[in-house]
Amino acid sequence: MSTAATNLEPHQVPTTLSSRAIARARRAASLKRFARAFLRQRGGVAGLVIMLVFIALAASAPLLFPRDLLDITKTLGNKSLEAPSSRFWLGTDENGRSILAVLVWGARTSLIVGLAGSLISMVLGTLIGIGSGHYRGFFGSVLQRLTDWFLVIPFIPLVVVLAAVLGQRGLGTIVLVLGVTSWPGTARLVRAQTLSVEGRPYLERAKVLGDSDWQQMTKHVLPNVMPLVLANTTLTVAIVILSETTLAFLGLGDPYRDSWGTMLEKATNAGAASTGAWWYLLPPGICVIVIVLAFTLIGRALEVVLNPRLGSE
Amino acid sequence: MALDVSPGAASAEAHPDPATEGRTRRTRPGGGLGRFIGFRLLAGLGTLVFVLLFNFFLFRMLPGDPAARYRAVKSISPKDLARIRDDLTSPLSEQFVTYLKDPLALKGISSWKGEPVWDLIAGRAWPTIVLLGTTTILAVVIGIWVGIKAGWNRGGMFDKVSTGVTLIFYATPEFWLGLLLILMFSSGIGPFPGIFPSGGVIDPGLTPFSVDGIQSIANHTVLPATALAAVYLAEYSLIMRASIVDELGQDYLMTARAKGLMDRAVRRHHAVPNASLPTITLIFLNIGFIIGGAITVETVFSYPGLGLLTYEAVSEQDYVLMQALFLVFTLSVIASNIVADIMIAVMDPRTRV
Amino acid sequence: MPLLELRDVHVTYYTDEGPVPAVRGVDLSVTAGEVVGVAGESGCGKSTLASTVLRLYPKSAKVTGEVLLEGQDVLTMPWGRLRAVRWNEAAVVFQGALHSLNPIQRIGKQLSEPILLHDKEANAAGSTTKVKELLAQVGLPARYADAYPHQLSGGQKQRVMIALAMSCDPQVLIADEPTTALDVMVQAQILDLLTGVARERSMAVLIISHDLSVLATTCDRAAVMYAGRIIEEGPARQVFEQPEHPYTRALSGAFPTIGDATSRYAPVGLPGDPPFPGDLPSGCPFHPRCAYALPVCPTVDVRLLPAGPDRAAACVLVDQAVAAG
Repeated sequence: MSTAATNLEPHQVPTTLSSRAIARARRAASLKRFARAFLRQRGGVAGLVIMLVFIALAASAPLLFPRDLLDITKTLGNKSLEAPSSRFWLGTDENGRSILAVLVWGARTSLIVGLAGSLISMVLGTLIGIGSGHYRGFFGSVLQRLTDWFLVIPFIPLVVVLAAVLGQRGLGTIVLVLGVTSWPGTARLVRAQTLSVEGRPYLERAKVLGDSDWQQMTKHVLPNVMPLVLANTTLTVAIVILSETTLAFLGLGDPYRDSWGTMLEKATNAGAASTGAWWYLLPPGICVIVIVLAFTLIGRALEVVLNPRLGSE
Repeated sequence: MALDVSPGAASAEAHPDPATEGRTRRTRPGGGLGRFIGFRLLAGLGTLVFVLLFNFFLFRMLPGDPAARYRAVKSISPKDLARIRDDLTSPLSEQFVTYLKDPLALKGISSWKGEPVWDLIAGRAWPTIVLLGTTTILAVVIGIWVGIKAGWNRGGMFDKVSTGVTLIFYATPEFWLGLLLILMFSSGIGPFPGIFPSGGVIDPGLTPFSVDGIQSIANHTVLPATALAAVYLAEYSLIMRASIVDELGQDYLMTARAKGLMDRAVRRHHAVPNASLPTITLIFLNIGFIIGGAITVETVFSYPGLGLLTYEAVSEQDYVLMQALFLVFTLSVIASNIVADIMIAVMDPRTRV
Repeated sequence: MPLLELRDVHVTYYTDEGPVPAVRGVDLSVTAGEVVGVAGESGCGKSTLASTVLRLYPKSAKVTGEVLLEGQDVLTMPWGRLRAVRWNEAAVVFQGALHSLNPIQRIGKQLSEPILLHDKEANAAGSTTKVKELLAQVGLPARYADAYPHQLSGGQKQRVMIALAMSCDPQVLIADEPTTALDVMVQAQILDLLTGVARERSMAVLIISHDLSVLATTCDRAAVMYAGRIIEEGPARQVFEQPEHPYTRALSGAFPTIGDATSRYAPVGLPGDPPFPGDLPSGCPFHPRCAYALPVCPTVDVRLLPAGPDRAAACVLVDQAVAAG
């Protein structure tokens, strides 16, 4: 890839290179412009920083807090539900474990579920969205009806019922459940965007020139749809993390893993609210708020960047 | 937890394609609306069919022996037990036929309590209605007010502060807020008074229709309604703000100003009615999420409504009850969507043509 | 005394990229019963100029000079007085084809709104009668009062905008692009309506348009704007048929004359784009696109020069022509 060409605006890329090199250089130039526009969004940048901090903390959990700290057989010596002290900065839970340790390890679960779940939702939503937008006949309208009907079903009840019904309480189940219930929002957005893209003249040209359905969808529609999908997926991560917390709180989470939701569940069962164990209740909730806020800010910033008309706020 | 409150969502809902400029037509007030309602109900029926089918298959994915769950309940008659076992062990196609005869499971027996599920549901419905009604009124009224104020003078101090606060509430799990409220105002901690009860919906011994009873219900509903309303108020405010900002650039507002109207009148009589259209649509589409929130908040407050019942059904693995509750929730959402569409048709003359 | 008079009006927008001068010193006057047209391409400042009459420009704009409405300076009026003046003494006919009408309110309600606002004695019944009269004046049946904007065609909506502008019997009327987006046949009707109504009541009318041919036949006088200044003015027909400024020449030449075979084969286009107001060329702002540019043009910022009886044009060539006799 010619580095000289990437410092230019897309329309400035010289056309004396090979067509593939031109395409690559233009895409790189567009990406740079996009990145610069995003960095101008203060909210988005703040969100990005917070997200990276959390990912870093979660990734380095084993280094900061050795796994032993979570093993309740090893914490028998500690007082349970002890208020914050110099030894335990956030106090201890009902099993004597350091709440700070559980909190950082819990970040892993929430982030993994959030990212994996939204990935599934993104893939499903994009496939169905493009499909329902592209195929005009029976197939397309079936997909569209399916999307509309799924949108009617209330989210949390569906998620709760699925998790309850599937039995197997593992991380995989949670991810699957959340991914499979979150796609309709993305699908509807993608469908609208597909319809608008397909209305453009160059797609008619592609069709006339003989591009197959698959080629049309992947070569032309997909690149145009991806930016919006990205913004939407970021917002989906926020929703998935909130939903995982809710599921865990209701007892439908993975019982062998700590997440912020299970912390709140255990706190409630241990009567933290009535005994005033605020150090057990506040941290997990605040973490959820902060990470969800971060992803929401990133998502909103992406949308503003992609749709300049919205930017005049 | 939430629908898209981003700036883009309101914009997509608000402005129909100007390329389809109207042609001269005689206005027939009322005629168009009736037909619209008819079509809408018909479409709702289609959704209902899908939901019933979905409901059926959802609950047949059960692991283990379904009939075994009933063995623990002592109050079921042997005849009922035999009927249930027959149904659950017959081939899927037969089960489907049985299901169709009674899709709402009106005769279903709860595997946890042994009573007919719809009796249980009927008994627990009114607290949820009280809770959700209060929550919705609070969230809609305050949220819309904040959204209008923030959007009309966007960039101002109120806008900056309220957007920040609402974004934070929007990211908050409503049940966690409930736990905090219990900590502060029920148990009381530090400077906070513990004055509100944290369990039940009414003090024992009082009836809901006495003055004392209503007072007691109100007392028990304050905290859970606040927890729920805070989160949804934030959403509604963000949606309304986005809608108002979207209207700000419209030409008809310039016309209104040129007529000599005061800023307040322009906002109230022209901008807000137009901006409310996409907001109302999005608010009603959100009903599904409020119902979800009720499940966790009622659990936290031991508020004996349908939400708590759902939690109990899940904990006790009472699938029949779950199925019926799921149907109730879904039907509520379908109904509210129909109401939303009709409201929009009433409020926006462009949709009736 | 002219009903509307603009004296040395300057309008500057303050944007993120710095100050942008949209109007750079314009003098204009319109007397009772007179129809004056202002022509120009997009971005020349004509709409901004129109917005000064009722102070409808955005808060970020700074306006200097005087805008006299029946002798009173609009720019220094207190806010309350301005609101009373709006619609009552001067009204604007906006482009009706787009979204200048509230889409969810009936036409009748929108027409009666200013009536009820400005007339203390008006009541609901009285305003209904007035609305019917207004609709009749613009040639629309009375039942359209119950219609919604989306049920009307573009031409009908424009008529409603005219009726709306007349609703408080103003003395001054400003029509901002009244015929854009309309069919040619409908255009003619709308223009006739505008000028007919105006002359009947001896109103002062200002018509803004990018279409010089429209103004040529409807207006008494015409002014051509470019880059925030008036660069030619005079009797409308003369300006169109015997333009003095090269820009006007190009603008009027761009419209082929029906019946004249030669004009079809010799279209006179105008190369280039109008200059961005924040980034004007030196000297005469038109010189980069001018077919007759002289070496002196980039250096001299030309103002309006007399170019004949009741004619003026901002071009050095005019000076030389006059000097030549």
